[in-house]
Amino acid sequence: MTDARPNVALFLTCLVDLFRPAVGFAAVKLLEEAGCTVTVPRAQTCCGQPAYNSGDRADAAAIVRRTLPVLEPFDYIVAPSGSCAAMLRLHWPALVADEPAYAERAAAVAAKTWELTQFLVDVRAMESVDAAYEGVAVYHDSCSGLRELGVREQPRRLLQGVAGLTVKDLGAPEECCGFGGLFAVKYPDISGRMVSDKADDIETTGADTLLAGDLGCLMNMAGRLKRRGSAVRARHVAEILAGATGSVPPIGEGES
Amino acid sequence: MSAEAPTSHRFPDNARAALADETLQRGLASAKVGFRVRRSEAAARLPEFETLRDEARDIKDHVLAHLDLYLEAFETRVTERGGHVHWARNAAEARDTVLTICRAAGAKTVTKGKSMISEEIGLNAFLEDNDIEPVETDLGEYIIQLRHEAPSHIIAPAFHVPKAEVAETFQKHHTTLDPNRPLEQPRQLLEEARAMLRDRFLAADVGITGANFLIAETGATVIVTNEGNGDLTQTLPRVHIVLASLEKVVPTLEDATTILRVLARSATGQEFTSYTTFSTGPRRGEDLDGPHEFHVVLLDNGRSALVGTELQDVLRCIRCGACMNHCPVFGVIGGHAYGWVYPGPIGAVLSPALIGVEEAHHLPSASTFCGRCESVCPMRIPLPGLMRHLRERGFQRGIPPAAQRWGLRLWAFLARRPRLYRLATALPLRLLGRLGRRSGRFRSLPLAGGWTSQRDLPAPQGPSFQSLWDRAGGRREPPR
Repeated sequence: MTDARPNVALFLTCLVDLFRPAVGFAAVKLLEEAGCTVTVPRAQTCCGQPAYNSGDRADAAAIVRRTLPVLEPFDYIVAPSGSCAAMLRLHWPALVADEPAYAERAAAVAAKTWELTQFLVDVRAMESVDAAYEGVAVYHDSCSGLRELGVREQPRRLLQGVAGLTVKDLGAPEECCGFGGLFAVKYPDISGRMVSDKADDIETTGADTLLAGDLGCLMNMAGRLKRRGSAVRARHVAEILAGATGSVPPIGEGES
Repeated sequence: MSAEAPTSHRFPDNARAALADETLQRGLASAKVGFRVRRSEAAARLPEFETLRDEARDIKDHVLAHLDLYLEAFETRVTERGGHVHWARNAAEARDTVLTICRAAGAKTVTKGKSMISEEIGLNAFLEDNDIEPVETDLGEYIIQLRHEAPSHIIAPAFHVPKAEVAETFQKHHTTLDPNRPLEQPRQLLEEARAMLRDRFLAADVGITGANFLIAETGATVIVTNEGNGDLTQTLPRVHIVLASLEKVVPTLEDATTILRVLARSATGQEFTSYTTFSTGPRRGEDLDGPHEFHVVLLDNGRSALVGTELQDVLRCIRCGACMNHCPVFGVIGGHAYGWVYPGPIGAVLSPALIGVEEAHHLPSASTFCGRCESVCPMRIPLPGLMRHLRERGFQRGIPPAAQRWGLRLWAFLARRPRLYRLATALPLRLLGRLGRRSGRFRSLPLAGGWTSQRDLPAPQGPSFQSLWDRAGGRREPPR
């Protein structure tokens, strides 16, 4: 592991902030274990994807301009989401490319933004985690992380170090789960069929746990699995890696 | 008579119907796996495949930057070899040109090789209205012509028709044959179609094909096929008409072969198609066969207006079908739901570009941006980026419903005001957290019907991370 103790801003993502704080705390723990000083800037909200992917480019660019100064002071920006990290890394620079006051700044922030597991493995050379989880998990590669950032081996490598855990691959590992942000509510029938096919694939593996690195995809898949009465438990990969499964029930499951 | 009216504006209804069609669903589930495996194996077998994709992209980018130059060179070469080039600004001009050539040839029947441009201009219905019988000779096109259907896939037009239904269709239409003949095997179906088509090939007055490439340096047009029907279509009749859109031109034979190396691999996983046929002008004095007349109809139909715009990259498309073969949305709804000639991710860009965002705005919106199309496109067309651009055009024109537009704008307004954002989210969050604590999810929720019609909504934990972080006294500023 590298010696310097970098200052890392945790970019929570709106879904983790609002729906599942446990993922944020797990991320903080992992980043500290990786030798980072972690700060959670107060003035962050959302990466702007809902606007950007709906064609509302002006509002998306306004969110970029507003959020850039919040993240600029840090050595790194890390998000527990491939999709939001890709938004900062690839799309923020594109959104303000024509604005001299922001273009270079967005490029600088983009260059130091990482998805959580990618940062831990590729930047901090983390090799193992101190965690245990009894079960057989299947790992779903979320599309943005996989294709826009190249996140594939990093979460699997870290999961290898979790005592008691076996990790399997899906039958169709590159297939989208059907979330797609607002796509899931704008085209519910199509999205529903896609996530139903995904749930079939998950259950066919015989795994008892579903893991992924993006809360949006997880809420979609967990929601469908629960709707059909499946016993598969869904969790964000950071919860397992941080050994934080005791702090919160699986996604879509209650305290009872 | 124009091409059949698009139904892209009814995309959600079309998609629902497709999802409810069990025959279609079974076919889609099995077909997509085969296409994907074959493409991936073919790409893996060729070490320089990724480099070839870069070269192919660069060739077309160069062409698009000098489109006028190469088209004029192509026209000059074709004319020098005794052929004719006809420029068609739109579908109507292209149809009229074809009709004029057919009438001059006294044509009663025309045979046709597979051509998406023919679909785009609605040629078959137009010829029938003018008492000329078009006969499709590609097996898939032949099947759907008998069934009066449109293609549902650009390289597998009868993708949606299961084998048993092909047999039924043949029983119904080939009434001169023994009704008890066996038609279970694909080979039996193929041979029957071949036998039925043999006389049509010989009787045709005009043969119409598409073109995968137009080669500027030689004036040749190129088609790739697996059935050999294209060759019979273009060599047997007296007149050969090539239908092609402008962007099919490439500078040299070498350029065409570079792109050919990625085309079949991306489409069917073949290294090369069974036939790659070059047509260069009409029959010369010493030739033993070939048409006496050679015509190329060059269709614009809105393409030249895309050059130099944000959508220019879509003109690199070589119609291999890899994007739709890998698309998770196409994979569950098939091609007809898209409502116009070009389905899948390429259609989601090309349709709004050619027939308008008003008609086709759903198509670029109905994508999860999973990015798999871009990752397999041999021409490296940034399809999700182009779809996003089309969403922007739609948003600017106020096409999304007002509730959606204002909902987004409200969200974006709050997202720029973190303090207000906290205030606005805290109360609903606490309420949902409390209501959902026991079961951990909601089966239904006001205003969330789009979500809960298909899946439960996992309940929020309750307080936001930010409020918990405050309570824990977590770090807020970077250390100095």
